[in-house]
Amino acid sequence: MATSAIFILDLKGKVIIYRDYRGDVPISYADRFMEKVADLEDAGKDSPIIEDEGVTYLYLQHSNLYLLAVTKSNVNAASTVYFLHKLVDVFTKYFEQLEEESVRDNFVTVYELLDEMMDFGYPQFTEANILQEFIKTEAQKMEVTDQRKAPMAVTNAVSWRSEGIKYKKNEVFLDVVESVNLLVNANGSVVRSEIMGALKMRTYLTGMPECKLGLNDRVLLESQGKSGKGKAVDLEDMKFHQCVRLARFENDRTISFVPPDGAFDLMTYRISSHVKPLIWIECTVNKSSRSRVEYLVKARSQFKARSAATNVEISIPVASDATAPVVRASQGSADYAPEREALVWKIKNFPGGKEFLLRAKFSLPSIEADSSAAEGHGRKQPIQVKYEIPYFTVSGIQVRYLKVIEKSGYQALPWVRYITQSGEYEIRMN
Amino acid sequence: MSSSKDGKRFFNTTAKKGEIHELKQELKTPDKAKKKDVVKKVIAAMTVGYDVAPLFPDVVNCMQTDDMELKKLVYLYLINYAKTQPDLTLMAVNTFVKDSLDPSPLIRALAVRTMGCIRVDKITEYLCDPLDRCLKDSDPYVRKTSAVCVAKLYDISPELVEERGFLDNLKDMISDANPMVVANSVAALSEIHSMSGKPVFELTSQTVMKLLAALNECTEWGQVFILDSLVDYSPKDSKDAESVIERIIPRLQHANCAVVLSALKVILKFLRFVSDEDFKGPMVKKLAAPLVTLLNTEPQVQYVALRNINIIIQRHKEILQNNIKVFFCKYNDPIYVKMEKLEALIKLANAENIDQLLLEFKEYSTEIDVDFVRKSVRAIGRCAVSIAESAQKCIDVLLGLIETRVNYVVQEAVIVIKDIFRKYPNKYESIISTLCENLDTLDEPEAKASMVWIIGEYADRIDNADELLETFLETFPEETSPVQLQLLTATVKLFLKKPTEKPQEMIQLVLSNATQETDNPDLRDRAYIYWRLLSTDPEAAKDVILSEKPVIADDTASLDPEMLDGLLANIGTLASVYQKLPDTFVARVRPAVQLAAGDFQAPTLDDGGAGQDPARAEQSAPVPDMPDLLGGLGDLEVSAPAPAAAAAAAPVDLMGDLLSLDVGGPAAQPAAQPPAGGSDPFGLDSLGGAPAAAPAVATQEPSLPVLLTVEKGKGLEVSGRLERRQGQVSYELSFRNATQQPLDGLMIQFNKNSFGLAPAGALQVPPIAPGASQRTSLPMSVDPQAATPAPAKPVLQVAIKCNQLGVLYLADSVNLAAVLMEDGAMQYAQFQQVWVKAPAANTQQQQLSSGGKTLEGCVQSLQGSGLFASGSGAFGAHLSGKFTLGALALVEVSAPQNGLVQVTCKSQRVDLLPLLMAHVGKALA
Repeated sequence: MATSAIFILDLKGKVIIYRDYRGDVPISYADRFMEKVADLEDAGKDSPIIEDEGVTYLYLQHSNLYLLAVTKSNVNAASTVYFLHKLVDVFTKYFEQLEEESVRDNFVTVYELLDEMMDFGYPQFTEANILQEFIKTEAQKMEVTDQRKAPMAVTNAVSWRSEGIKYKKNEVFLDVVESVNLLVNANGSVVRSEIMGALKMRTYLTGMPECKLGLNDRVLLESQGKSGKGKAVDLEDMKFHQCVRLARFENDRTISFVPPDGAFDLMTYRISSHVKPLIWIECTVNKSSRSRVEYLVKARSQFKARSAATNVEISIPVASDATAPVVRASQGSADYAPEREALVWKIKNFPGGKEFLLRAKFSLPSIEADSSAAEGHGRKQPIQVKYEIPYFTVSGIQVRYLKVIEKSGYQALPWVRYITQSGEYEIRMN
Repeated sequence: MSSSKDGKRFFNTTAKKGEIHELKQELKTPDKAKKKDVVKKVIAAMTVGYDVAPLFPDVVNCMQTDDMELKKLVYLYLINYAKTQPDLTLMAVNTFVKDSLDPSPLIRALAVRTMGCIRVDKITEYLCDPLDRCLKDSDPYVRKTSAVCVAKLYDISPELVEERGFLDNLKDMISDANPMVVANSVAALSEIHSMSGKPVFELTSQTVMKLLAALNECTEWGQVFILDSLVDYSPKDSKDAESVIERIIPRLQHANCAVVLSALKVILKFLRFVSDEDFKGPMVKKLAAPLVTLLNTEPQVQYVALRNINIIIQRHKEILQNNIKVFFCKYNDPIYVKMEKLEALIKLANAENIDQLLLEFKEYSTEIDVDFVRKSVRAIGRCAVSIAESAQKCIDVLLGLIETRVNYVVQEAVIVIKDIFRKYPNKYESIISTLCENLDTLDEPEAKASMVWIIGEYADRIDNADELLETFLETFPEETSPVQLQLLTATVKLFLKKPTEKPQEMIQLVLSNATQETDNPDLRDRAYIYWRLLSTDPEAAKDVILSEKPVIADDTASLDPEMLDGLLANIGTLASVYQKLPDTFVARVRPAVQLAAGDFQAPTLDDGGAGQDPARAEQSAPVPDMPDLLGGLGDLEVSAPAPAAAAAAAPVDLMGDLLSLDVGGPAAQPAAQPPAGGSDPFGLDSLGGAPAAAPAVATQEPSLPVLLTVEKGKGLEVSGRLERRQGQVSYELSFRNATQQPLDGLMIQFNKNSFGLAPAGALQVPPIAPGASQRTSLPMSVDPQAATPAPAKPVLQVAIKCNQLGVLYLADSVNLAAVLMEDGAMQYAQFQQVWVKAPAANTQQQQLSSGGKTLEGCVQSLQGSGLFASGSGAFGAHLSGKFTLGALALVEVSAPQNGLVQVTCKSQRVDLLPLLMAHVGKALA
């Protein structure tokens, strides 16, 4: 039913931290785990959950560490894996960088945290900002506080916020970030497009503020009979931070919450209705002779001219044995990056409604590899595109209001920013 | 003392022998800060696996301190070393008890939490009082910690928990005002419930209401505990189920994936209790979006989600049918995610989306990862088999892939095309020519075997089938056995379809190769059977070998409903990831059940994969190296109840009296070996040389003569035959259950018989589901004790017993070939000596039909029946043999005249002569 032990290992498998919760998994299992991982990697069958002789290893790799949960029972795998990710979050908040050195430097804190975050293999409490109130690293101990009292929040219904927080200036920053996932087939048809949105908040608010967020959510507006006004969006699936009252949302789609202090992701949403690709790439490859190959790449921005994409990076896969590149771009700079087997075209500023061109020529070795052999097979990286478009959301989502009500009656200033960026933006090549 | 130096300071201490002593001294320091530093050093050494147990008393001495951090360090040390020093641990008890009364709730909780982790009997007694107090503490933080501590205590000493009434405390705590206390109590109760195997914790609708109230307020982890426990509740009626679902549905919006999956688990279960279709329909629709969103998480979470999705869509395809695009693989997805997405795509394929899917599969077939490419090619085949109207499209794509001539793509394509031929016989033959162009690329056994099967099956339509097979035959001795078996069958098919000179030569070559130059019994036995079939009745051979094969089915919905129910109740857990019921991989829970269920995952008869092998799809699944785990998938009887227990419970009855049955025997060794499998001559004949006229199970095996009909067997049909293989007698048995109930606890006994045959082990038959069959091979021994002194009869009296039907009796005629031993050959000189000395009384003579054979043919037939040629001339031939228990068998066969032979038999046991004569007669006929 629960995790038997948590390990933190370096990449060679040496144990840095071993917290035993149930006494049925000795420290030596770390070696078995490493053997198993190595075997599976050799066989090309790696998996985040490994079973070996009745023992299950659930793990993830973060920087130069393995975080590993071991169990002999039928644990809730989703919960265990997610807990490992939460460990990463909490440790990162504590030590800024989660890596071998920071864990070694703070091993006492790590043990204290593991003791508090999990009991008898059951995840207990993973809110870093609350934990920080009673478990501190050496550096944080400078400020003297009473460590002998658990904050109320640990067991409260509001477990993510402590009472008695004070700010001179009450402010809320809200970033609406949309990532566009796009998959285009070699024939130019859009296979799949999807928007992943996130509302990232940073709150600097006094006391226990009640917040209410209004979006131009179609379901909500229609239920209120306001569908006529302005554009509404269909939010397909929303996931909320645990501070949001889910039952209330289910009931009348009101997003109401007492926010944690500081930065957190209030919600994420997904929209899978078809959107016009913001940056469209067409690439034609011409093999003029056996030893020459020419690329013609067209990049077109398909959004309004008043917006502009920044830091655009288009990566076009090129044969691994290509040499002697001759590249000319009508905008930005393009370089051949042999280590990525790609031509990387960077455009700092790409206004809407424009089209830029890139021509590239390469030499190929005159002796061609046997085309029927397997080596020529399977090297089909897609074209990948990265970009950011500030002050713009592709879905048209808008924050209609963000109300903050606190019993002391202060006025809080909400700041809202919008940005759209590329997610997994892939265009397959022939 | 800045923290950043800690790592180097503590970890570079390479603890040597002398240093233990040094630390010991240092621990005596009165300076608090220094003391803490030393304890840190000790913990650091402990963490890197260095044994600091000798410091135990010194570290425990530091326990009594105001410094919270130092206290925690000492406690941590105690948890790790208490077991090694149980007596010294008692030293700590006082401090623990004192701490559990500390004014600070944090320290009270810490004391209880730590005490519960010290798994030393002596300590546990002392734990009870503080625990009792802390369960009623005014601070919720202490109560939630104590709740978990009850589960810890139960793990060490269930008696104490029951004695002290802690279970009732826990049950009361479900009504606690604090949601975290409720959640932890429920987690503790659920664990105790599953550990004890007793109904410790039954959910009533009242408790459910309390849990649902706490659900809205507790931490994300608490929500998971509550949801996981709710799945055990069975709603009173449809309305009850609806109201619970309505309370849970908001959880699908939670950011924590475990909350979402556990909520889904409860909703899916409760939906089955809902009768109102107007409620169900929209509810099921609501499940799609949260599932899809799980695919935008970290890859490890995605993997868990996908494994679960692949279970859910076997029951509720409709949820995701319109969302197939979310399963399209991204270039940078880890391989384990890609594999699972692919599996989901295959499961969701239908005639409407197949065009889109084929485009994707084709794309994937050009990826780098070989396993992924293979699975993609296989996916196309699976779609062709499952969606008849799209088969042509799939085949076109496959042909396109074959043209890439990429070695492993071609091989995989050949394998799936074989499946397509099995599904749609005599259709799509035009592709054979393309296949034949690619023969030289094939180097993997499975692909070769598939290609050979195709050639054999379509020998009459492929002009140069004989030439193609001939090239394969050149390497016959070096091939793996599946390929050899296929070559054998294919050559026989070719001969039957085109009985010309060349196939005849080939068949002689193959048969002699397969009978004489191999030590593979499967191959040899099959060759002999073909040989006999061909030599006795070529028309019958045609009927058997070229008969219509049963149509294969698609296996995309591969889990049986019961198994699926079990997995759906385990969504989110490891069971769902392994797609195996928890009992089969969890060691802690009820070991007896685990043993039985685990061992009964016998490969079923069509395991060789008559086309579609469900296990195969899983081979490439990313949960690696768990053949035993994944073998349990698909059509296997994983959910079989424990037959061992059933057998043990069976009363000693009739049968025991009659046959002096050792009742303890079968119960003592439950299912040590899966039946069938290796020793089964035709287990591997997946590709269809076997007679199809036989009943469903036996499609891949030669049918056994029926010994007990359904009528006489009260619904159990028993078929069987004695066989002899490599010096061992075995009883090939097949049971068919024609009753309406599962049959289990099968046992067998034999009466004393003329050959001293007795079972060498217990009958190993897993429970037989209604309508199902089980086949097994019972090893037999020869024991003079089991021989009857009465005159020999070729009869074996058998009693079979099962829990449901009682004892059944049957008589089998002994196949004499099975009781003639391998060492029956005799030098001709020796033969003559014995022959001449044998008295006339020990001789029997008879005229028998030669079955139209020449003398040579007669000798060959007899040699295949357990006799050995000793010498021959124009007049006739002499053969010898040796029965079990040692009696000799001498046979003289005259040269046939007008289809008749004069046969003379001699043996020192007169009573065996009629049997021997009958045996010879049968062999010659």
